[in-house]
Amino acid sequence: MENNKKNIPEGESPKPAAPKPKPVEKVKKEKPKPQIFLLSSSPHMATVDNVPKIMWTVIAALLPAVTFGVYNFGFSVLLTITASVLAALATEAVVNKMRNKEITVSDGSAVLTGLLLAMTLPPGFPKAYAALGSIFAIGIGKQIFGGLGYNIFNPALLGRAFLQASFSVKMTTWVAPNTIDAITTATPLGSYKFENIMTPYFDLFMGNIGGCIGETSALFILIGGIFLLIKKYADWRIPVSYLGTVIIIGGLFWIIDPSQYPDPVFHLFSGGLLLGAFFMATDMVTSPVTPKGAWIFGFGAGVALVVIRLFGGLPEGVMYSILFMNGFVPLINRYTRPKYFGEIKK
Amino acid sequence: MKLKSFKKGVHPEEFKNYTEHKSLERLPIPEQVFIPLNQHIGAPCKPVVEKGQAVKTGEVIGTSTGFVSSRVHASISGTVKAIDTFPHPLGMNSLMIHIVGDGNDEWVDTVTGESDWEQLSGAEIIDRVQDAGIVGMGGAAFPSHVKLTPPKGKTIDTFVLNGCECEPYLTADHRMMVERTQDVVSGTRILMKALGVSKAVIGIESNKPDAIEAMRKEAASFNNIEVIPLKVKYPQGAEKMLIKAVIDRDVPADGLPLDVGVVVNNVGTAIAVAEAVTRKKPLVERVVSITGDGIKEPKNIIARIGTPFQNLIDFCGGLSEKTAKVIMGGPMMGLTQHTLKVPVVKATSGILCLTDFSIIKNKEYPCIQCGTCIGVCSMSLLPTRLARFAQVENWQMAEELGILYCVECGSCAFVCPSKIPLVQQIRIGKMCVNEIKRKEKLETA
Repeated sequence: MENNKKNIPEGESPKPAAPKPKPVEKVKKEKPKPQIFLLSSSPHMATVDNVPKIMWTVIAALLPAVTFGVYNFGFSVLLTITASVLAALATEAVVNKMRNKEITVSDGSAVLTGLLLAMTLPPGFPKAYAALGSIFAIGIGKQIFGGLGYNIFNPALLGRAFLQASFSVKMTTWVAPNTIDAITTATPLGSYKFENIMTPYFDLFMGNIGGCIGETSALFILIGGIFLLIKKYADWRIPVSYLGTVIIIGGLFWIIDPSQYPDPVFHLFSGGLLLGAFFMATDMVTSPVTPKGAWIFGFGAGVALVVIRLFGGLPEGVMYSILFMNGFVPLINRYTRPKYFGEIKK
Repeated sequence: MKLKSFKKGVHPEEFKNYTEHKSLERLPIPEQVFIPLNQHIGAPCKPVVEKGQAVKTGEVIGTSTGFVSSRVHASISGTVKAIDTFPHPLGMNSLMIHIVGDGNDEWVDTVTGESDWEQLSGAEIIDRVQDAGIVGMGGAAFPSHVKLTPPKGKTIDTFVLNGCECEPYLTADHRMMVERTQDVVSGTRILMKALGVSKAVIGIESNKPDAIEAMRKEAASFNNIEVIPLKVKYPQGAEKMLIKAVIDRDVPADGLPLDVGVVVNNVGTAIAVAEAVTRKKPLVERVVSITGDGIKEPKNIIARIGTPFQNLIDFCGGLSEKTAKVIMGGPMMGLTQHTLKVPVVKATSGILCLTDFSIIKNKEYPCIQCGTCIGVCSMSLLPTRLARFAQVENWQMAEELGILYCVECGSCAFVCPSKIPLVQQIRIGKMCVNEIKRKEKLETA
């Protein structure tokens, strides 16, 4: 509060002018120093939460899934993650400098973007390209809008969309887990879409499957995601409505024709849905601020996801479903203003 | 049983332990007092004494012809030394009557012993309340006789006594309910009679079990007074929230409690009313909690109105060296003071002294659209948007989004993880919007 002088017409209490000691007086009277008090506008209390704390907590919540990714795909993905995070930090610092703003690398948001981006990349993805994705994510996805808090689209997903568009082959080359020489394999969604092969549920849940670095293990993503919900750093309405919509709409199609459409459990645990639902769609900056808006946002993303997965040309649609709904956030916010207490019906 | 409450709100740490079990202590009569002529909402008083005049305790020294106003009384006996401007705890310098005491504390002879109030009519009760200069003592300082005189066409059916004391640290109301239970209840009954209502509810937060028990015991003999324990939540003591919590009525956003047939009064006001009506004792003293980590011996004090803060702080062992803020009121809505020369006024519920350690010095970050402020706003406004519109001076949008309905409780700024001074910006915005509306009104008139 005290550091925001520009917005509050107030100042610290003016120091009382010190009385000039008369030179003739030999004995100086020792006056007790008048205590100087801070002046500020209420409230004088605040919670201990702050932006860096939120960002670093989200990063901590991602660590189980990251650790499993490294275990699953080998040491090399750690380098991919490092490249992505460092590029994000460097871009943030450079753009801050260019805009003559304070360097904001320590608030954790750039680290989070770099980490999230890396988690959505295939394990064998070239490290330089990963870094390029981060540069795009921070530079174009976030800083160009004015930095933290002002971006419309989730920067990590925007970075991924950039890579998908630029290096579509590399972005869809998958290696099997625990292989020393990268043996190409297919992701569960890919096998289903193009070969109609189901992956066993247990493998889907544990993550012993092909897929992106940090997306394969439902279990470890859930651990981190639920931790975030308990800490209230993610709005529970978004994963609930997003996943719920996918289960219900995906389930409806499955009931209509089980031979053609996958069941809702498969929908839930395959691809990047859980990571997207708990960590990307819940990004505070790019999701609605109102409770009702959060429901609409999750529902819209769920519908978009099922449509892309079942009828689109791509096997996976988490990224586009969230980016698509990000674009609607200002509109959703506007139309879901809560009724104020005692609002008179007009 | 699930405790009643209102929707949304916040849970600040309570810090009541400094003073919640400390009995009321009477401050020795001060040597001098500074009695402001504006201690209430409404027209300030005009002095009716002159410099050099001798006054007795309880003598009227300032009155006003306006109805929405409240007279002031000498709180010690002595001589008027000056009528001049002195620092006021609201932050400005204002006209005060400076009385130097004679040390005798000689009261005016109109103050009587206990008398039976039940023969008095409602109008007579309201007259006595007005004569005693009683205002809302929870902090708003709205003249009580005005509150007790609802405009024609409004019927009041319920009286609500506010014993929430939802501000952290403060315990004045709590101690009054424990130690002066009888006066609180008779004050409630007097106020019921003045309003002509047959039902009263007393809302007390559940962190004061001893007060709930004492009040229940005392109110048990009157079947039309109900004590309702409430869930601890801020800002439950705000009139609209309290009414929602105890009798589940929604006061219109731009309306007053009387629009839903309710009048709310604070515990301290009830005691003052009881004294004024039964003994014709004017409001010359009040309970003040001196608390916080910046004071050596926190206490609940009964102090004369007009006593400089310094006297109360000295009585509590003085400030610790690290004290950085002295606040009149609680930490959520209180006002910081620049000097300890300011006097206790009718609305001084506490003096909170905070050290360096307990002061927030967080860096401000950009709004990350987390929506936490929206989730806690007890009026269901959009604090982040209102603050933004106030900052960019878009008054039209600010008004459209209900900036004038903000009750300034500060919950938004309390929870904001970006440490944006939301309520502060909204407060300025409210002032500007009101100013614009006032000017428009003048132009059209």
